[in-house]
Amino acid sequence: MSSIITACLIMAILGLILSFFLGIAAKVFYVETDPRIEQILDMLPGANCGGCGYAGCSDYAEAIVKKNEKPNKCVGCGADVIEKICAIIGTKATIEERKVARIRCAGDNTKAKFEFKYIGAKDCHAAMLLNGGNKACKYGCLGLGSCIRACPFGALSMGENGIPVVDEDLCTGCGNCVKACPRDIPQLYPVSQKVLPLCNNPLKGKVVKQVCSVGCIGCNLCVKKCPEKAIKMVNGLPVIDNNKCTGCFECVKRCPTGAMSKLIKEVKEEDKVEANAA
Amino acid sequence: MSDYILMMISAIFANNILLIKFLGNCPFVGVSTSLESAIGMSGAALFVNVMASCITWMVYNFVLVPFELEYLRTVVFILVIASLVQLVEIVLQKVAPALYRALGIYLPLITTNCMIFGVAVLNVQQKHTFMETLVYSIATAIGWDLALLILAGIRERFALGKIPTLFQGFPIALITAGMMGLCFAGFLGLGQ
Repeated sequence: MSSIITACLIMAILGLILSFFLGIAAKVFYVETDPRIEQILDMLPGANCGGCGYAGCSDYAEAIVKKNEKPNKCVGCGADVIEKICAIIGTKATIEERKVARIRCAGDNTKAKFEFKYIGAKDCHAAMLLNGGNKACKYGCLGLGSCIRACPFGALSMGENGIPVVDEDLCTGCGNCVKACPRDIPQLYPVSQKVLPLCNNPLKGKVVKQVCSVGCIGCNLCVKKCPEKAIKMVNGLPVIDNNKCTGCFECVKRCPTGAMSKLIKEVKEEDKVEANAA
Repeated sequence: MSDYILMMISAIFANNILLIKFLGNCPFVGVSTSLESAIGMSGAALFVNVMASCITWMVYNFVLVPFELEYLRTVVFILVIASLVQLVEIVLQKVAPALYRALGIYLPLITTNCMIFGVAVLNVQQKHTFMETLVYSIATAIGWDLALLILAGIRERFALGKIPTLFQGFPIALITAGMMGLCFAGFLGLGQ
């Protein structure tokens, strides 16, 4: 009987001593945290994509509260979330137009020429090491999906003919795919952009024609035919001024190779409103 | 002195706590996916293992033995280890926030690391002196870290290798761990 009592006593005393130390430590080493950080963190997507320029959502939430960082840098948040965050910290922020990634290459398995068969590791960087990849076009998509694996939101998937497809609704424009691609093929464009040359090859027409049937040959037809003068040639590729473009698609109709493409989805009403507000 | 060196070699290689004694296997498979997190985990494990072994040794020899309560060993050791990890977490958060963030989730995970408890029990089972406890706990933790870092290094390379779909992920990690165990068994006979 007495041994039970000693055992209980010893355990109780040990527990008391340990909890005493823990209690003291919790008081002495108390770290003050702003409750707003936690609140903002709950609203952020939590994907830690790094699109805001911070290491993760918690870093960004801390920066918003402590360093007066603007709340509109989160690419994964909708306008409503950003407004809520503004309400918490008591500032106002302009909401910039949403950007989405576009794959600037249309040279899929059926349209681009290949130099050899690649059976190595399924990674674009690995394929690049082997004579610059198996596509004859050294600027085109390698189709091994490094960008797909880099996407934290699952917005990218491999298309039928070996070119990744972006799901505009899921894409937040964090830019992880841009960083993952060894050839800078995905790029971020405003969601309201209407046309885009789906080619990344700046070389002369003849060379492009030899390696791909849908490459931009730099013929300047789109520049000449654009009624709004919204297209300029920069480094052998057309660049579209989104503010001037009215979406008449004259350039798409005139493009002899079909590199200039209509961006498939219609611009959503809410995005238009956001663009105007910004 | 030579006793201590022999003990260290034995605990690191011949009787590796992880691959020969099979203690602390959950974090071994769980945290070895990247070298970076493995380094964080091994640092935390080394620190907690040494602290826990020394404190449990003192509690056992100065509290439990005089009151003839040796049978309470398991409960008391778990109590001590859990509070110790909690204490370390609180202190680190204040004193070294950078280290605290680097260790992150691995610190609380150590509470459930069988190695910490296993070493604490082994120390009292083998009737180690305090110095022996210190050396033994450092050496076992180094052995555990060594195995963890080797596996993490190998598993990072798996990302580039062609592994049959059937074996991808945990299966290949377990097979690798088994082979590592066989390799370390080659050290048997070395040391004590």
